[in-house]
Amino acid sequence: MTANGMATRLGGGRFRAEGMALGALFGLVGLLGVAYGARSWFPELASRHGAGIDVMLNYLLISTGGLFLVGHLVLAVFIWQGTHRAQVSRRAASSRAERRLSVALGMLMALIAEGGVLAIGIPVWGEYFMATPPDDAVVIEVTGTQFMWHARYPGADGQFGRLRPELIDSASNPLGLDRDDRRSADDVVWTGEIYAPADRTILIRLRSSDVIHSLFVPSLRVKQDVVPGMTPEVMFVPTREGRYEIACTELCGMGHYRMQGFFHVVSDADFDRWLREREA
Amino acid sequence: MTMHEPHGFLRRYVFSTDHKVIGIQYILTGLVMGLFGAALAVLIRLQLGWPTVPKTLLGEWLPNGMPGGIMTPEFYLAVVTMHGSIMVFFFISYVLVSGFGNYLVPLQIGAKDMAFPFLNMLSYWIALLSAVVMLLSFLVEGGAAAAGWTAYPPLSAVPSAVPGSAAGQSVWLLSMALFIASFTMSGLNIVATVFSLRAPGMSMMRLPLTVWSYFIASILGVLAFPPLTAAAIMLLFDRHLGTSFFLPAGLVFGDIVLPHQGGSPLLWQHLFWFLGHPEVYVLILPALGIAADILPVFTRKPPFGYRGSVYALIAVGALSMIVWGHHMFVSGMSPFTGEYFSLATLLITIPMAIYGVNMLGSVWGGAIRLRSPMVWALGVIALFGSGGFGGIYLGNATADMQLHDTYFVVGHFHLMIGGVTLFGMFAGIYYWFPKMFGRCMHEGLGKAHFWATFIPFFMVFFAQHFQGLQGMPRRYYAFETYEFLREAAAQNGLISILALTLIAGQLIFLGNFLWSLVRGRVASEDPWQANTLEWTVPSPPPHGNFAMPPTVSRWPYDYSVDGVAEDYVPQTVTAAEVAVTV
Repeated sequence: MTANGMATRLGGGRFRAEGMALGALFGLVGLLGVAYGARSWFPELASRHGAGIDVMLNYLLISTGGLFLVGHLVLAVFIWQGTHRAQVSRRAASSRAERRLSVALGMLMALIAEGGVLAIGIPVWGEYFMATPPDDAVVIEVTGTQFMWHARYPGADGQFGRLRPELIDSASNPLGLDRDDRRSADDVVWTGEIYAPADRTILIRLRSSDVIHSLFVPSLRVKQDVVPGMTPEVMFVPTREGRYEIACTELCGMGHYRMQGFFHVVSDADFDRWLREREA
Repeated sequence: MTMHEPHGFLRRYVFSTDHKVIGIQYILTGLVMGLFGAALAVLIRLQLGWPTVPKTLLGEWLPNGMPGGIMTPEFYLAVVTMHGSIMVFFFISYVLVSGFGNYLVPLQIGAKDMAFPFLNMLSYWIALLSAVVMLLSFLVEGGAAAAGWTAYPPLSAVPSAVPGSAAGQSVWLLSMALFIASFTMSGLNIVATVFSLRAPGMSMMRLPLTVWSYFIASILGVLAFPPLTAAAIMLLFDRHLGTSFFLPAGLVFGDIVLPHQGGSPLLWQHLFWFLGHPEVYVLILPALGIAADILPVFTRKPPFGYRGSVYALIAVGALSMIVWGHHMFVSGMSPFTGEYFSLATLLITIPMAIYGVNMLGSVWGGAIRLRSPMVWALGVIALFGSGGFGGIYLGNATADMQLHDTYFVVGHFHLMIGGVTLFGMFAGIYYWFPKMFGRCMHEGLGKAHFWATFIPFFMVFFAQHFQGLQGMPRRYYAFETYEFLREAAAQNGLISILALTLIAGQLIFLGNFLWSLVRGRVASEDPWQANTLEWTVPSPPPHGNFAMPPTVSRWPYDYSVDGVAEDYVPQTVTAAEVAVTV
């Protein structure tokens, strides 16, 4: 077979049917992908900064969804056209023109998808992480251990008592609370559930005494790794009363999948009553 | 200088210093490891799809991990850890990076072999050893490592934290140290080869994008991987010699206080991701390079914006070294650092978007020959233009707060370093198989393989993004107790069916590969009518590659040049015969 014969045999036009099928595949990927995604996916929302996170995510879903759709349709059209052509069509005027076009389109895509990150994302990040806690913030210490969550409240004195790892007894004293420290006397330790009042700033101080865990409360849009040796803090304002699930989102061992807890957002009065009952 | 062809089967095909043999050894080793990785994926999807249904047959084969056909949580974690480790380090790295890198770089730059052939052989044998060590970890007491492929301490440091952290984690770390040693050797070799062994006339701006992508990826590997060797050894010290690099004071397991003090678990994360993030580019750049080189051959026109793509590869390589912290937004590191990493990550999307536009532009206006390598290369564009967007969510600290460690991440990296790489790898195999083995692969089966792979692949990992938006955490053995995950968990059955279909579809490839080795149509020197240097030598190329050192007169993309009878002009055609276009 001569090279020319080969060229004819391989040339454009022979792949029309396949080109249409492949174009249809990629076009459908774009269309059906957007159709699949176009609904609300997030867990119910119950915190103030969480609204900002949702705006951020929705912005991304719409902007990248649009780019995804356009990109796939363009690819589909190019394939459909290309398989119907026997010879290449004219290229852009010069390699410099090509470069300008791709840089312009690349920058445009980045700007569309990421303008929102700068405009929407950074302020939310600041609100969540860098604000100074108000004086009336409710401070809760949350400790992750394999595979449970423990909440501790400072009690009436507003001070947390000393913890000593050698006192830890997983059955009776999971945090290793030192009862000889008088600040410990009124500390409330509660396992599996966290109670917090609605519409007040909650400051959670996180601890772990074994491996890394991660406190994830989907409805509050809160996630923070709990690293032994560190006490990272998160601050947020729950806005709706209710019982929200807690999950662990850092692999912590065999029971990682069942390290479930509940975050109860209750009214101020209910919170005070609950705390007094525990102190007693 | 003449090269003496070695005699004897062992010297020629086993302990060979020929880059082509070593490349094929890497590819075959990687494909076998890929089968192991896929088998582990089957176990994962069976558990997630039907957690309560006993898999009796598997229970008989794996009485420890799946007693009575129900998987134990610790075995699930070991399987997930090993699936990730094998696919990232022993499948994609071996086939796509080391395998094709070895095979193609000397051929495409017109060299007889790599710069350091013995080092090359050494790197393969150490790579094989590290793969075997990794697989053996299933057999040690406590089973294979179970702390995830990221192996965060203290979970990976303390034997009583999880069964896999008994002996399995040490074996894993040993395997990783060997892998990195081998990968560094092989990377150095590629960098040195591209610098010093290019044929006369092969300037850097005449290199095919494939070579550029391997060049950049290898530089990244050499710069970014050694810190993890150090980290792996430090973690071994923490585990066995009582040091406290990663372990702080006050750790308590089973009510016993460990004697460690002063270490930081976050230090490991920084060292791991200092390797880990460049690593994803090490994997993905070759796939993007291969796709960008296959497109011109089958559109019969030069790639769109070649220079822009080269600059984009360089920019991505440079930026990839300074964005690792975007894996750690909620790790407890300073939120100011989080903002920095967020902004740096925004920057890296710009060259990636330019590269993507260039790939799309390369299809524009072509006279498309829809042969099997082309179909796979188009698949690379589609997956890159899907998964790439997920990176914008995750590189953004604010959105990442909700999405970190959920299935959104799983879906994202499977589309990118699972999918773009897989499709690039298959594009490469269908394209260079005739050169490697002297026979063509079956076209119809190649396309059937594409359809059977693309559709379920896309659906599985696209859907996982939306499971992540619902808050579904990754590395979970089961989801039943969570009310907020009721809908997401219900999607797992369908996803599992699709994933199993996807894996079954790979049998088409296996059959085609084996059949074509023996029965495939005999390939000519240049079956695709392509321009790069490997197509100017016989298929398969002889020892030493080129009978005469080639002289390069042009870039590799002179397709459909006006006034030339043939629609392609190989790089060795002199300027006197056909005028140089670029």
